[in-house]
Amino acid sequence: MKALVTIMPKPSVLDPQGAAVAEAMKHLGLESIGRVRIGKVVEIEFPNGVDEARLHEVARDLLSNLVIEDYTIAIIAGA
Amino acid sequence: MPMKFAVIRFPGSNCDQDCVHSLNAIPGVSADYVWHKDSSVNGFDAVVLPGGFSYGDYLRCGAIARFSPVMEAVKNFASEGGIVIGICNGFQILCESGLLPGALVRNRGLHFICEHTRVRVERPNSRLTCAAATGQILNIPIAHGEGCFFADDATLAELRLNQQILLRYCDAQGRVTPESNPNGSRENIAGIRNAAGNVFGLMPHPERACDPVLGSTDGLALFESLLAK
Repeated sequence: MKALVTIMPKPSVLDPQGAAVAEAMKHLGLESIGRVRIGKVVEIEFPNGVDEARLHEVARDLLSNLVIEDYTIAIIAGA
Repeated sequence: MPMKFAVIRFPGSNCDQDCVHSLNAIPGVSADYVWHKDSSVNGFDAVVLPGGFSYGDYLRCGAIARFSPVMEAVKNFASEGGIVIGICNGFQILCESGLLPGALVRNRGLHFICEHTRVRVERPNSRLTCAAATGQILNIPIAHGEGCFFADDATLAELRLNQQILLRYCDAQGRVTPESNPNGSRENIAGIRNAAGNVFGLMPHPERACDPVLGSTDGLALFESLLAK
């Protein structure tokens, strides 16, 4: 079993990296795009099952900073 | 009795020696290192979290260092009114640990910036700025890639209301302008304090501005403020 924790900058936070990549994408011909934001994904293996409550605590306290980011958790069974 | 400063060393700290050197050169100060795995800061009058790249800046700057064993002691020290000052990476660690509001994110221009900057003293009535005058312009270098101060509107309003904004980036005339903002920090904020007034964070490096040979001695005003009774 795996968990994917996706961490994204909050919409109100400046994401200059996303803006720079958006410009590059437009240069490559993908002109019909809106805002691009860049976050990160943490993949965690759980060979013996996942304690979701504990995972949420860790995602909140360590993996993300809720002042500037939001996170979502996806559990992938059988992975 | 000299005022005793603990300079915390995390794996990846790289301004710890500068801090100890600059502090020890000030009359009435003694500074010593404390390893991040120590569980106590007993016997010290103030704690400095120095600059650097603790834990390689992995995940987010300061995100892992905030869980170092010594941070529990630093939190207790702060809650009892002890003076804690975070410089650069130390500022990031204090924000991550919740001892200071806000967060520090990637510079607006994406580049790592290492240069002398001017900051204006906004409040002289704090333990970090009481040896300076309101509006005094300090020439202190910055060196960071993630120094853009972010806080939401409500937090910013609270910072203003409680007079917690101590330093703002400014131009040579002391004007706080978009052009003098090196990293995109909200309201040009370069340094703040907590509501209680004993925890400080700033991106500029005062320890690098304490010796004429380095081009500025303006950092002394901040350290000497901490000594003032």
